[in-house]
Amino acid sequence: MAIFDKFQQLAATRRALAESGIQSINVVMDRVVSATEAVVNGRSLILAGTNNYLGLTFNPDCIEAACHAVRTQGTGTTGSRAANGSYAVHAQLERDLADFFGRRGVIVFSTGYVANLGMLSTLAGPGDVFVIDGDCHASIYDGCRLSGAEIIRFRHNDAADLDKRLRRLGGRIENTLIVVEGIYSMLGDRAPLADIAAVKRSYPGAFLVVDEAHSLGVLGEKGRGMAEEAGVEADVDFIIGTFSKSLGAIGGYCASDHPELDLIRFANRPYVFTASSSPSIIASTRAALKILGAQPHLRQRLWDNSHRLYARLSGLGLHLSPEPSPIIAVRFDQREKAFAGWTGLIERGVYVNLVLPPATPDGSSLLRCSVSAGHTPEQIDTIGNAFADLQTAGGLA
Amino acid sequence: MHTYDSILQLVIELVKPLAPEGREVRENTDLVADLEFDSLKVMNLIEQVEDRFDVSVPLNILPDIRTVRDFSVQLQRIIGDN
Repeated sequence: MAIFDKFQQLAATRRALAESGIQSINVVMDRVVSATEAVVNGRSLILAGTNNYLGLTFNPDCIEAACHAVRTQGTGTTGSRAANGSYAVHAQLERDLADFFGRRGVIVFSTGYVANLGMLSTLAGPGDVFVIDGDCHASIYDGCRLSGAEIIRFRHNDAADLDKRLRRLGGRIENTLIVVEGIYSMLGDRAPLADIAAVKRSYPGAFLVVDEAHSLGVLGEKGRGMAEEAGVEADVDFIIGTFSKSLGAIGGYCASDHPELDLIRFANRPYVFTASSSPSIIASTRAALKILGAQPHLRQRLWDNSHRLYARLSGLGLHLSPEPSPIIAVRFDQREKAFAGWTGLIERGVYVNLVLPPATPDGSSLLRCSVSAGHTPEQIDTIGNAFADLQTAGGLA
Repeated sequence: MHTYDSILQLVIELVKPLAPEGREVRENTDLVADLEFDSLKVMNLIEQVEDRFDVSVPLNILPDIRTVRDFSVQLQRIIGDN
């Protein structure tokens, strides 16, 4: 097979998209108006595919913090923290996050992807074992692969299947890391984390890693995520997450009580060899974290909006993701129907994510909506109306 | 004790329902080139084999598997390891 032959399948998918007049993986927003609105090709759209769960991207405090940081500390760090040194704000954000999670230490990464890549590839090595939920994000698979450890997949959200696979490992348990997510990115379903933590407890020596990318600021009384919601934070050895969703910026983190986290930082090639985040990003993230803690009503508004949209779409009889969540996916057996649905929604002023296999868990194609606390109830109704109108026009059949 | 031949027969039996209608499944059949297996079908096959033999198949072996034979050889090794 020649070098470029492997891209032919992708080329065929792109051709099919182009023939359908779809530019879903190449959307350029002419102007972003707010956390929930943008202009694309001169058309005003409601954004329902952003992961901007708390709607903080245009928060005045976050913007001001970022602007102040740019003026006082410049536009970028121009290198990694290991080589160029840390700015004070990097260390301050790590302390803020450690306080927020009630953990001994935190490492901040430049993206959420790098957080998973760095932590998982460094924590384990040849001879170790990852037991991961089958629906885990690509960054988890990639981090596991880079580690050189053995990778075993358990059936999605099936604690009994996890138990079976841990049992099979016998004496290798102390070299085993279980990896799950709080809320899964494609269908918005939650991990049965209380059950998973109970299984983990029955195998002393095993480690538990939870990626809270989609659950930070979304679940838990304090917004710490699924582990807080399930009351099992003490069972979680490493919490990994991102700043690019609820915190409205970009970056990632890992929080842990293990004192070895300080060593992991300097053995962590994706951390050591990536330029650190700009001070403006760190500053807006710190401001957003404060808001996340101080304004729980945002979480309530997010859930009100999520229930409102889920109920509306459910009432239309659409094939939906399994539970109300800030991620609501409409599922299609045929990708052409998803193409048509995506285009129809754009024509009706609504932007959602079009997600195709193999990025989807079960081979279906998805119109994936993500809801925000920044959406007004009227905007939620407009999104619901767009689906209803499209359905009436036969665009979702 | 599972022999290579008994494992091969079982793998062929499990692959057949996942293959496009009318395609033959033999020892040297290429799962992707001949049967158009995608990642979903590969995972489906692995889960069935895991249940049948009460083993976990590491994903790390996937790059080494092209044919029914490759999969059967790896499976025999994993069952032996266990």
